[in-house]
Amino acid sequence: MRNLNSKHLLGIKNLNLEEIDLIFKTADRFKEVLNRPIKKVPSLRHITVANIFFENSTRTKLSFELAEKRLSAEILNFSSSISSVKKGESLLDTVKNILVMKVDMLVIRHSSPGVPHFISKNVNASVINAGDGTHEHPSQALLDAYSIKEKLGRIKDKKIVIIGDIIHSRVAISNIYALQKLGAKVMVCGPTTLVPKYIANLGVIIERDIKKALEWCDVANVLRIQLERQEVKYFPSLREYILYFRIDRNLLKSVKKEPIIMHPGPINRGVEISSDVADSTNSIILNQVENGVAIRMAILYLLSLKKK
Amino acid sequence: MQKRLLFDSKNLDVTVKRLCNQLLENHKNFNNSVIIGLQPRGIFFADRIISEIQNYISKKIEVGYLDTTFYRDDFRSHEKNLKAKETIIPFIVDDKNVIIIDDVLFTGRTVRSAMEGIINFGRPKKIELLVLIDRKYNREIPIEATYVGKKVNTTESQKIEVKLKEQGNKKDKIWLINN
Repeated sequence: MRNLNSKHLLGIKNLNLEEIDLIFKTADRFKEVLNRPIKKVPSLRHITVANIFFENSTRTKLSFELAEKRLSAEILNFSSSISSVKKGESLLDTVKNILVMKVDMLVIRHSSPGVPHFISKNVNASVINAGDGTHEHPSQALLDAYSIKEKLGRIKDKKIVIIGDIIHSRVAISNIYALQKLGAKVMVCGPTTLVPKYIANLGVIIERDIKKALEWCDVANVLRIQLERQEVKYFPSLREYILYFRIDRNLLKSVKKEPIIMHPGPINRGVEISSDVADSTNSIILNQVENGVAIRMAILYLLSLKKK
Repeated sequence: MQKRLLFDSKNLDVTVKRLCNQLLENHKNFNNSVIIGLQPRGIFFADRIISEIQNYISKKIEVGYLDTTFYRDDFRSHEKNLKAKETIIPFIVDDKNVIIIDDVLFTGRTVRSAMEGIINFGRPKKIELLVLIDRKYNREIPIEATYVGKKVNTTESQKIEVKLKEQGNKKDKIWLINN
């Protein structure tokens, strides 16, 4: 396989195993580039990329921006909080106005699910989903799977548990798709209110007991409690969540297991994970961030090949 | 389709030996010289040349592989997208004499992108180019090889087909093909 099937990356759901492998192999090459004295290649010098963020982001935005810079692309940054969206401009009008300035690729984050899909159907540029509401976050899932592969050598038959706020998590959905395609066994674990019933349809194991989940797994991907998306109370108090679901040293000691620890960030230190675990030798949280740039370079590079 | 055989295993060996002698003349004991083979097929020649030179020099010669895909100016216009292969440069290139090795010199664009790639690793003292086949009259940029296995007059529509043992073929065969 020499290239991706679509000119957009909207979600993991529509990627096949070969495409994921191609992204990983290309990311390997870019990881080597990132270790050179000059960490830059001219591959995207004819390409203009607009980073359109209707929702806040630190890692994803910086990571995409750095990936674009390392590929020599021209960059346009847009953030809705300081734009005419506040004056009532529609989403499509905003995007079309950006595109008329000769932009080739769009990296879009929005709090509503489906926005990147909607835009991809209405514009000519390549669209990359950088997170759409509670739907998908494909680049995060790819860098997570890539980091697991890097640490454990392979993903097939590995046991991965996703812990915490599943219902609000686009990272969880994209991770489940990606890991299952790569042959892993996936479990989700969290309070009943934060684990939606429909998640069982995706073929994942549901576990309520954090101890059992940790005993089972090779990798624990701990999600952030997304307080900003919780309009109603999903658990009685933060203190109760911490008591039942926080991953800390004592909990890991009690299950006599040292799983690989992951977190997509930003971390609520002391809430879903304690500092002694987040900063332990088994944590690959910072490797995830480092690999994010290589994965996003691979995505941008491969999609740019679609433009003749 | 007409084919003309340019190299078989026997005369390829002779040419590789001659190129090695030329390298030994210029680089003596290879104290400050390194070899970089270009992906995908230049690396096989780089390996052959290294193993031949090691018959004369006991010191281990440093060798790297470079993939030029990310530095090309034409990768997006290729019919089949070029898939990047591995780059391994396990040494410092600053102040070294770098010998680039490739199988065929055609338009010169690969070598141009290779030089850009190498410069991203540091500032070599000198860059030389060794190619097995130099397709004369097809250059699009002013690049010439320092060491040439064989010069061949070709037109743009002709193709060079390289089949080497390293690629799983029984024998080495390099053909010039008229389309």
